[in-house]
Amino acid sequence: MQLSREALLRAYRQMKVIREFEERLHVDIQTGEIAGFTHLYCGQEAVAVGVCEHLSVEDKIVSTHRGHGHCLAKGCDVNGMMKEIWGSREGLCKGKGGSMHIADVDKGMLGANGIVGAGAPIAVGAGIACKIDGKGHVAITFSGDGACNQGTTFEAMNMAVVTKAATIFVFENNHYSEHTGFEYAVGTQRDIASRAEAFGMKVWRGDGTDFFSVFETMREVLEYVRVPGNGPAAVEFDTERFFGHFEGDPQRYRGPGELDRIREFRDCLKNFRKSVTDAGVLDHADLDALDAEVLAVIEESVAQAKAADRPTAEDVLTDVYISY
Amino acid sequence: MPKMMYRDAVVTTIAEEMARDENVVCLGEDIVGGMGTPGGPEAIGGIWSTSTGLFGKFGADRVIDTPISESAIMGAAAGLALSGKRPIAELMFADFIGVSLDQIWNQLAKFRYMFGGKTKCPAVIRMAYGAGYNAAAQHSQAVHQILTGMPGLKVVMPSTPADVKGLLRTAIRDDDPVIFLEHKALYGMSGEVPDDPEYMIPFGHARLSRAGQDVTIVSTGLLLGFCEAVADRLAAEGIGCDVIDLRTTSPLDEETILDSVEVTGRLIVVDEAPPRCSLAGDICALVAEKAFAALKAPPLAVNPPHTPVPFARELESAYLPSVDKIEAAVRKVLSYR
Repeated sequence: MQLSREALLRAYRQMKVIREFEERLHVDIQTGEIAGFTHLYCGQEAVAVGVCEHLSVEDKIVSTHRGHGHCLAKGCDVNGMMKEIWGSREGLCKGKGGSMHIADVDKGMLGANGIVGAGAPIAVGAGIACKIDGKGHVAITFSGDGACNQGTTFEAMNMAVVTKAATIFVFENNHYSEHTGFEYAVGTQRDIASRAEAFGMKVWRGDGTDFFSVFETMREVLEYVRVPGNGPAAVEFDTERFFGHFEGDPQRYRGPGELDRIREFRDCLKNFRKSVTDAGVLDHADLDALDAEVLAVIEESVAQAKAADRPTAEDVLTDVYISY
Repeated sequence: MPKMMYRDAVVTTIAEEMARDENVVCLGEDIVGGMGTPGGPEAIGGIWSTSTGLFGKFGADRVIDTPISESAIMGAAAGLALSGKRPIAELMFADFIGVSLDQIWNQLAKFRYMFGGKTKCPAVIRMAYGAGYNAAAQHSQAVHQILTGMPGLKVVMPSTPADVKGLLRTAIRDDDPVIFLEHKALYGMSGEVPDDPEYMIPFGHARLSRAGQDVTIVSTGLLLGFCEAVADRLAAEGIGCDVIDLRTTSPLDEETILDSVEVTGRLIVVDEAPPRCSLAGDICALVAEKAFAALKAPPLAVNPPHTPVPFARELESAYLPSVDKIEAAVRKVLSYR
């Protein structure tokens, strides 16, 4: 394990923030106080954090409808995000975006996205910008096994190869596109990475429930794509979605005991804790302290979101154009 | 003033802006033309000759010839714009908007609003539109009615080479996404063009191309010239027409239209798109609502019929509003009661 104690604590904390953010939303959404559609990232934290821990603010990411984890991992403010999801005018997007459209361009977070498969072309443009600037920055698009079936993703992969864009396609295979199984909907019946390979990209694969697998895989991917002229790459992480497609999804498509089984054996936080304590680099007390601190952070964000200013009818009309 | 063709005004303005600002980049299918062939780059150049010479001047990093992947082109423009560049993306035919609309409509147009006003998206999407080439239903359409109805976009429809120059420069320097609609039947039109490298025309300011007291004719693009011909014919009979070139359909210069109708009391809107939910219908409704008391006749929309654009010469001529049809419409509103 090459990471410093500080880096390990930071990675664990980042994953834990995402986990508790989502677990809390899962509870609060059921009260009816939060409007709209919400898609929880819970279970996939190792991917967002294992990727984003390598990135600087100059590197860009483009996310999905299941975007809270990517946003938090890329540095979006927890309170600003919670306020946004609660629809406050103090939210990161002034209550105009909501769960599916959280963005913070100054942090290199070019937006969650409500359209499945829409992010990949945007990341090609951002990756071309990185290539033009020639400073070794990259643009990353996160896509699920659902988005990997969209034509936009195919177009984007080919265009990235042709233009040698500094773009990385991160495929998070959580085995469900909405309510449909991977084995049914992805015709390769095998994986997603082989598709990317067919477009002429170098590809990697990793275990998306294991932070260390993601982190070490991404180290190699980034070393490759940061070299000017190498062009894009793709990586597929096998991972798990702990909740439904959207909050309220009855999940009748799950097998008996499936959710218990993945929570028991495929939980990236449990796996991380076991790895670092078995190796003796961190002890349980370190992690327990972080757990308590993170819970307080989330509690505070909810308190702030509930107390924050609500938008007014006048706010509907602003921010459409810079000038009109 | 030097004379220049409409298409040359496009490429000249792009070249001037690329020289001025290194963040301006171009992308699109065959905008270099010949990439990966024995003939080499620029063997063909863009099919409209609206990117001729740019590759040689500015290189492959800034003049990006793309595969035929319209969604990826529009999405890449969005990503470039969010990353500090000022992309000019070319959609070879406006009709191809169908395969790329999500990236324009749900992405480019909405970023600023969805993100709470904390970003800008300075992208220009140029597209060649319109009938007159017997190119049939999938290569001849006017699409401004679709795009004008989308909050977050600005929509520009130049009708002369000079306006191409002034409006395209404004579009490139604008920090919002701009749709720039070039009429393919106007590419060969020649006209005087200011050679001032700072010549800009602000959006939302219509141009009065003919002045008269009797009827207001509003139009854009190719049909603007038809309306001018009608005004010139009728002037010989002592009938005066205000001919208003909208220049931009979003923002819309309501004031110029309403001021004119207050004087003339009669309105015709000549529009190249089909009649339902059209720009013409929209402006007729605007005038009915805001200048009702001034009206001496019902506002009249002149559109093609509610059909696809047909192929054969006879059919396409019958489809498009013509000088004769526009003249008949003017006489109709003049003879009301």
